[in-house]
Amino acid sequence: MARVILTGEAGRRFAGGTTEIQVEADTIRRLLIELDRRFPGLGKQIEEGMALAIDGEIYQDAYFVPLRPESEIYLIPRIAGG
Amino acid sequence: MMPHGKPNGLAVVGTRPIRPDGVEKVTGRATFGADFSLPGMLVGKVKRSPHAHARILAIHVEQARALPGVRAVITAADLPEIPSEESFVGEGPINFRDLSRNCLARDKVLYEGHAVAAVAATTDAVADAALELIEVAYEPLPHVIDVEAAMAPEAPLLHDDLFTQGVEPAPTQPSNVAKRIQFTLGDVGAGFRAAETIVERRYTTQPVHQAYIEPHACVASVGADGQCHLWCSSQGQFMVRAYCAKLLGMGIANIRVTPAEIGGGFGGKTLVYLEPLAAALAKRSGRPVKMVMTREEVFRVTGPTSGGVVEVKLGATRDGKIMAAQAVLKYQAGAFAGSPVQPGCMAAFAMYDLPNVSITGYDVVCNRPKVAAYRAPGAPIASFAVESCMDELARALALDPLALRGKNAARDGTRTAYGQVHRDIGYVDTLAAAKKHAHYAAPLGPRQGRGVASGFWFNVGGESSAEVHINEDGSAVVVSGNPDIGGSRASLAMMAAEVLGIPMERVRPIVGDTSSIGYSFLTGGSRVTFATGMAVVQAAEEVVAELKRRAAMILDVSPDAIEWKEGAAVPTDAYLGKFEPLSLAALALKAGRTGGPISAKASINAQGAGPGFGTHLCDVEVDPETGKVRIVRYTAVQDVGRAIHPSYVEGQLQGGVAQGIGWALNEEYVYDRQGRLENPGFLDYRVPVASDLPMIDTVLVEVPNPRHPFGVRGVGEVPIVPPMAAIANAIYDAIGVRMTDLPMSPPKILAALSGATK
Repeated sequence: MARVILTGEAGRRFAGGTTEIQVEADTIRRLLIELDRRFPGLGKQIEEGMALAIDGEIYQDAYFVPLRPESEIYLIPRIAGG
Repeated sequence: MMPHGKPNGLAVVGTRPIRPDGVEKVTGRATFGADFSLPGMLVGKVKRSPHAHARILAIHVEQARALPGVRAVITAADLPEIPSEESFVGEGPINFRDLSRNCLARDKVLYEGHAVAAVAATTDAVADAALELIEVAYEPLPHVIDVEAAMAPEAPLLHDDLFTQGVEPAPTQPSNVAKRIQFTLGDVGAGFRAAETIVERRYTTQPVHQAYIEPHACVASVGADGQCHLWCSSQGQFMVRAYCAKLLGMGIANIRVTPAEIGGGFGGKTLVYLEPLAAALAKRSGRPVKMVMTREEVFRVTGPTSGGVVEVKLGATRDGKIMAAQAVLKYQAGAFAGSPVQPGCMAAFAMYDLPNVSITGYDVVCNRPKVAAYRAPGAPIASFAVESCMDELARALALDPLALRGKNAARDGTRTAYGQVHRDIGYVDTLAAAKKHAHYAAPLGPRQGRGVASGFWFNVGGESSAEVHINEDGSAVVVSGNPDIGGSRASLAMMAAEVLGIPMERVRPIVGDTSSIGYSFLTGGSRVTFATGMAVVQAAEEVVAELKRRAAMILDVSPDAIEWKEGAAVPTDAYLGKFEPLSLAALALKAGRTGGPISAKASINAQGAGPGFGTHLCDVEVDPETGKVRIVRYTAVQDVGRAIHPSYVEGQLQGGVAQGIGWALNEEYVYDRQGRLENPGFLDYRVPVASDLPMIDTVLVEVPNPRHPFGVRGVGEVPIVPPMAAIANAIYDAIGVRMTDLPMSPPKILAALSGATK
């Protein structure tokens, strides 16, 4: 199962301080659905204002990126630029 | 490290063709935002607040409306009241309610120059007279300019409904602190206990403007059917469309935005100021409306980047291994929440492989214009502090500053404090290139010193659309949805030419309007050559596949018998078929007979933008009589992935350094006691001019980004990150005084020298 690390505001606000969970999901879309099921509001929060760092790569707005069972996923703030 | 120059096997990528927009620009024919006109066009102007903070008691527009020649007057009451709603349309999170209230104030004005009404009139003079006739009754309120003063419990409150996010328990009282951010890695307390040398310092920076040469400008026209067409200079026509639709309560399909040529943006043209007002005035008057900011308005009301206070603490072993790093960042957001403190926190230590990190950030509102993005938003402020502190640590440990960085440098596999693990990065390559550069060993003269600093930026991808069309003569058109602010037309045309196998001069790159190309996220975050370039390559590859299919039909061979080489269909293998090469031009000529025009498009959401790292060397000379700092020599080294057009990439590095030098030495906003800006012009807001700068040498280190077909990574943000610390470190080397407060202007240098000799 993929390991999801809930750091920062999202973890505190939606997951009651839980910092790490295991999630069975083979795409980002399924991951978001599962996160939202466990922590209502978190999936929407990720979709609208966050990015995912998956095994060293940052993904923003990408539902169908495949996840591996051993994937490590960090929730991070969305990045833009100037 | 890849050798600099044209990579093997590539004919166009890595060369330096003449820029496709060059002649139009140097001959003055390019059409910028203010150049566009329509028949019957009115002049639009804005009534602005003289107060830094005041309650609006009443706005009387009757006299202005009655003035002959005035065709429309609007206030916030004429725009939809927008509920609080956060989104991510532009460069960072935006609350549409705040954006609406920034365009036209409701209830309160929050900074000097805040818009309170707008007029459209037949002439400039009538518009000015109408502004004079608008009467606004204010109740002035106490104001706050400084970030730490705004955080104080007794500070004047800008928003009664602003409660600090990110603190537990949730506050019950409003404050000017919009958000608290925290990133931690390891155990910073244990790290400091294990350290043998600790350096701790507080640094301050001032807000600085992007100082784009072209002020904001737009023309809006609204037909009787409600269809709105906007022509404007921005970093994203789709961003303007989305914001205007939201702020005006219009459907997206009813707004068409045509991008003008852009005279600089640097992040500052990722918001709207005039466009919704011009559209509302055009709708009300039934005539097209043109609005152009004055330079004074640009300074008073458009977003600079934040000023900030950054406290840094570093602890290391005697041999230079950093055991713990801590930073507290306090950034001004201006009148509405949303400073770049979050990326500042993330970028602060991203260059280093550190076991224990603690970073805390505060987003703080104050009575200044709402900040906007500026190259690598947030990172230069954090890096000025961290890289200055690194210099102090290197001196405390008697280590070479590049060696200290090398010992702690992020490498593939390094985990950052925000969680990401770096992959395929070239930071150590930049350190090595800087160390071996002749600059690093060159002798210094009297009162001269040398400084080193590094910088990091994430870079982004995102949604991009592109089309490639083959013309009848075998030339091509590339259409993209991104305004060209940094040479993207050249890079997109070059990548298309490379795939098609034709000279770049045979490819014409065009920036489409919102009705003629698929959605594209704005031009920013150094994303266009990476993300839109990826879309162009995909579209061009599809065109090549179609060309091969057409060639197979003409030659009556299997498609497997054909490969595309140097702009022509050639046999893959004599056994599969033998034929003379069939050129792109020949295939284009027969397009009608073989199935019709040859075109392809690609719309993608590009992921995998590789981060960028740079290391800068700077020599300064300090005049002890005047306090003036002269930049004697400057070398910028950067991992650029692969330089599609090296001259443009070098230009990006040089431009970032030039802006960083201004940030370091001279640029600042000067406010009077009433919170009114005293230097809203280039005479008194001192950006560097050519005579202030040496030739800025560049070294392009090429560590290709494996997620891009040509190895591209963004290059435009990183070069503004290191200069402030590189210069501060060079000043210390020259005069032995640590400058911690930007700008390091002559009076401050003199004061520091005076303090040092007492």
